[in-house]
Amino acid sequence: MQFLMLLKSAETSEAPPQALMHALGTLMGEMHQSGALLSTGGLTPNAAGVTIRVADGHLSRTDGPFTESKEVIGGFAMIEVASKEEAVELASRFMAAHRDHWPGWSGESEVRQVYGDAEPVAEAEGTATNTHAQP
Amino acid sequence: MSDSATHRTIDAVWRIESARLIAGLARLVRDVGLAEDLAQDALVAALTQWPTDGIPRNPGAWLMTAAKHRALDQLRRDKLLEHKHEQLARDLETDASAPDIHEQIDDYVGDDLLRLVFIACHPVLSVEAQVALTLRLLGGLTTDEIARAFLVPEATVAQRIVRAKRTLAAACVPFELPHRSAFSGRVAAVLRVIYLVFNEGYAATAGNHWTRPALCDDALRLGRILAELVPQEAEVHGLVALMEIQASRLKARVGPAGTPVLLLDQDRGRWDYLLIGRGLAALERAERLGGALEPYALQAAIAACHARARTAADTDWNRIVALYDALAQLAPSPVVELNRAVAVGMAFGPAAGLEIVQTLLAEPSLRAYHLLPAVQGDLLARLGRADGARVAFRHAASLTRNEQERTLLLARAAESAGADG
Repeated sequence: MQFLMLLKSAETSEAPPQALMHALGTLMGEMHQSGALLSTGGLTPNAAGVTIRVADGHLSRTDGPFTESKEVIGGFAMIEVASKEEAVELASRFMAAHRDHWPGWSGESEVRQVYGDAEPVAEAEGTATNTHAQP
Repeated sequence: MSDSATHRTIDAVWRIESARLIAGLARLVRDVGLAEDLAQDALVAALTQWPTDGIPRNPGAWLMTAAKHRALDQLRRDKLLEHKHEQLARDLETDASAPDIHEQIDDYVGDDLLRLVFIACHPVLSVEAQVALTLRLLGGLTTDEIARAFLVPEATVAQRIVRAKRTLAAACVPFELPHRSAFSGRVAAVLRVIYLVFNEGYAATAGNHWTRPALCDDALRLGRILAELVPQEAEVHGLVALMEIQASRLKARVGPAGTPVLLLDQDRGRWDYLLIGRGLAALERAERLGGALEPYALQAAIAACHARARTAADTDWNRIVALYDALAQLAPSPVVELNRAVAVGMAFGPAAGLEIVQTLLAEPSLRAYHLLPAVQGDLLARLGRADGARVAFRHAASLTRNEQERTLLLARAAESAGADG
């Protein structure tokens, strides 16, 4: 199962502490070595972003910065794991690193599953309920 | 947190940590069977304590400490007080009281994991035992999950694992890396196990489902881990490339009612281009390391031809035939020959493909292989020989043990009958 992890927080001009970057590097390294991390990246400030919106049948373009948004997406990771709990555990470790190494920082990680190829939960005859594959 | 939520979290932590835990313990106690028992005991302790005490700040370190305490108890209880064990007990005692056990374990964990991989796929074990042990020790799967994945009774898997551990102990297999001269051969054995698991997920040999994606994920994960552990081995990247690209099609491979959708009929918009990108990168890595002509890399290169084609009609069949020619030279097998027949049939017409198929009909190892008459039926149908096609498809349907595949083959037989009239 694939999950998208989004990191959201209030945008700050403050650079993240070195210790945090180090801890995140270790964490990402572990996730890579364990085969869970498919892709990851950090996003440039929202001032450089663009929003294309559809409303009332019209397309409109708005260039950043988006002053109305309190929290912005700072980065993402695509991971592949066997269960939602595993994704949650990895996201928690990611957030725990922020808690431990960036005092005063607040933010959130949103964990969303990608629609996938999960097997049916149960057979009609109830022969093989594959808990291993359940979403 | 409710008890069941805690249990699900413990399951997740186990999945993430168990391989490193067992590998680290095996280095300490020099016995994989004992290491696994100790890790299991620690898991049981977590299941009792975490629901009441809460989930520890560093769950992996908690499990390691708990397992080490058990190792100590065990050694004391058994009064194994030869010098070696005394020394070991002392090491454990100092280790267990150190504040940063987890970091100490991390120092060695790469090599430990690799030792564990090689032990699980050790040649003294049967292939079935290697598969079970690999999924159990490295994939973090329970016996029950392995049994479900391979549609065998749980007791069978449990026994396979017990026997495998006993065999390893009896053969005094050391917890060490294979000698340089044997290294590549041992890596090949590991790759075989991983690919076997992948294939069982990709085209289930039996049962009601055409694919079992979770098993593919397990195999891919093992492959990715191995690629990190032995990055210099070209063939590991070849296999990872093959699995990434094949897995990219899993979603497109199954129709709405669970029916199989064959490669050329798949909706390519449903392919996973993230996995394709990873697969192509792994293939490039294999080729850069000089492994372009290894069997897995060649198969990955063939898979890559399909992955690069925007539509089925864009497929570079000439290149695929050339790659199959190379594969048939370097790793000849009747199954490779059959695949070559398919490619030749696409590149140079069904008659040319059928010519190869006909040479395979007498092949004893393919007598019960349903894909031989399935390919034959397809080529005959394209040649307008509906009667022959119908017979071949029916024969293929009678040979497969997979329900969804049987349905597809019978449908094709019926189509051929329709074409007749």
